[in-house]
Amino acid sequence: MDLFEYQAKELFKQYGVPVSLGEVATSPAEAKAIAEKIGGVTVVKAQVKIGGRGKAGGVKVAKTPDEAAAHAEAILGMDIKGLTVHRVLVDPGADIKEEYYVSYLLDRSNRTFLAMASYEGGMEIEQLAVERPDALAKVPVDAIAGVDLAKGREIAIAGKFPAEIVDQIAEILVKLWDTFVGTDATLVEVNPLARVGDGSIVALDGKVSLDENADFRQPGNAALEDKAAADPLEAKAKEKHLNYVKLDGEVGIIGNGAGLVMSTLDVVAYAGEKHGGVKPANFLDIGGGASAEVMANGLDIILNDPAVRSVFVNVFGGITSCDAVANGIVGALDTLGDSATKPLVVRLDGNNVIEGRRILAERNHPLVTVVETMDGAADKAAELANAGN
Amino acid sequence: MAIFLDENSKIIVQGITGGEGMKHTRRMLASGAQVVGGVNARKAGTKVDFDDVTLPVFASVEEAIAETGANVTVGFVPPAFTKDSVIEAIDAAIPLAVVITEGVAVHDTAAFWAYAQGKSTRIIGPNCPGIISPGKSNAGIIPADIAGPGRVGLVSKSGTLTYQMMFELRDFGFSTAIGIGGDPIIGTTHIDALEAFQADPETDAIVMIGEIGGDAEERAAAYIKANVTKPVVGYVAGFTAPEGKTMGHAGAIVSGSSGTAQAKKEALEAAGVRVGKTPSETARLMREILQG
Repeated sequence: MDLFEYQAKELFKQYGVPVSLGEVATSPAEAKAIAEKIGGVTVVKAQVKIGGRGKAGGVKVAKTPDEAAAHAEAILGMDIKGLTVHRVLVDPGADIKEEYYVSYLLDRSNRTFLAMASYEGGMEIEQLAVERPDALAKVPVDAIAGVDLAKGREIAIAGKFPAEIVDQIAEILVKLWDTFVGTDATLVEVNPLARVGDGSIVALDGKVSLDENADFRQPGNAALEDKAAADPLEAKAKEKHLNYVKLDGEVGIIGNGAGLVMSTLDVVAYAGEKHGGVKPANFLDIGGGASAEVMANGLDIILNDPAVRSVFVNVFGGITSCDAVANGIVGALDTLGDSATKPLVVRLDGNNVIEGRRILAERNHPLVTVVETMDGAADKAAELANAGN
Repeated sequence: MAIFLDENSKIIVQGITGGEGMKHTRRMLASGAQVVGGVNARKAGTKVDFDDVTLPVFASVEEAIAETGANVTVGFVPPAFTKDSVIEAIDAAIPLAVVITEGVAVHDTAAFWAYAQGKSTRIIGPNCPGIISPGKSNAGIIPADIAGPGRVGLVSKSGTLTYQMMFELRDFGFSTAIGIGGDPIIGTTHIDALEAFQADPETDAIVMIGEIGGDAEERAAAYIKANVTKPVVGYVAGFTAPEGKTMGHAGAIVSGSSGTAQAKKEALEAAGVRVGKTPSETARLMREILQG
């Protein structure tokens, strides 16, 4: 889960990382009040979970509270790379002398964590990595040893920070590591970390991604979620503990196991090339040991998606038993009654497949077509979606 | 032979007294695997009844090894306790630890992976279906009745695609099929399995299944080009996955332009691996190779 800048900086603050942090506003009047409270120059910053907001006009300096209100007026509602701005952060203005870059992230390739640091910050890090790779230090961090002051100094020196600020940077790096571990983050990034007029070093911006697998020991995570931005079908699926991602096509997909469902999306997209370009409408994994109830919940979500014109249920029964899947389909259709109007193509294989197919054949529901192979079923589902156009 | 798991494997189950642990211990026993006991410190000294076997529960992996000679552990421990259970297995120097648990925090996996470095335990998983050498042994949750013994080796990030591919090639059978899991950090990798299959005299050809996220497939492609002389066919899932969305597996995410299925397919093809567009086409490619 990616956080907004203000949420990231609140976490930094909790862990003792020095930050420049004002307050969040959702209206020009609020922005004005915050600017009055801060006094002096402020910066009005769009809160969107994507880079490049400065270039898009989403960050503006205000000399007076009235100017802060005017900037908030212009920025709120703005579209930045497809995301609508619903909040602005009004921060105190900073007298920036120098800009630096520091981050910790998960290094999948080396199965460890990585510290990145550069004395030359302020620009997009991807740009720095390409244009000045020597200026960006990448230092592996052992997951057990972590970052103490000595390690922090090693990272700062590798990032070519001058000797007189190495200790100051090292101290911030230790606190940022505490944030990284303490919040179960997969990324914490400060760009820029800045030396300001009085010589202090503060985080002016912040980016944090959290590991949702750690929610069990991070009770605060639920409050950080941006529920308003979630797709309504995704939110409903989450309530039912279903693993669902909304996509922009017409063929609803239900399957078991993440790999098989991803594969099903691809196979449907290929089949769609022959049937008017129809595409998968969603990812939905009902999991390894899916019950009839889970199948019914899944079908309920998919059939309520107005974009869906046909549904492909693709199950390989490993642990899941095909008769449970078949009962789930039949039960869901009976519950939905006349409100179910979209055709279903079902492919079952594996554990108890004969019984599963028998249950579907016996019910002989007019909306259900059983096809024996995955490729064949994908073709049929794409054909039906195209015909329902 | 087979890889990592064979007829001499003696299995213990960490979390044997939980629902999943019981269910899958029963299935492993039914498939003929030598499961010799389980571990749960709070229930040490008790016994668990299965259909025609009664298994002892030990206080620790160390004690279980001392009493039974176990050389494989399969873990069904809940995510909050997985790290400690794997570290316990590493401390007991068990040669193979298969971690089935889904939903392990990545900081925990990073920690037990770091802890395992320089020690003698091979880790498979987490968030994986485990490993089966049909007719010999079965450590995990892969159904034993999909395919029998044969000479194809299979390594996959995904559980259900493992089952699907075993089903497609069931008339040929498998030396070993291994699900390595779809998390961002995993123990045994595609490369580890490829190296072992290349060295295994009972494996003639290899199927490698990948998915979006990370660069494991690209690295495997480079490894194949340099080191693998046996035929390899590949499959990659997730061509239609949108950028920035996690597709079920915690590690299955396209970030910017990295981790795409297209890049993985191209890397594999550049290494001489034939890559199928669908699981069935992948199976057909393997069939062509095996039938000469």
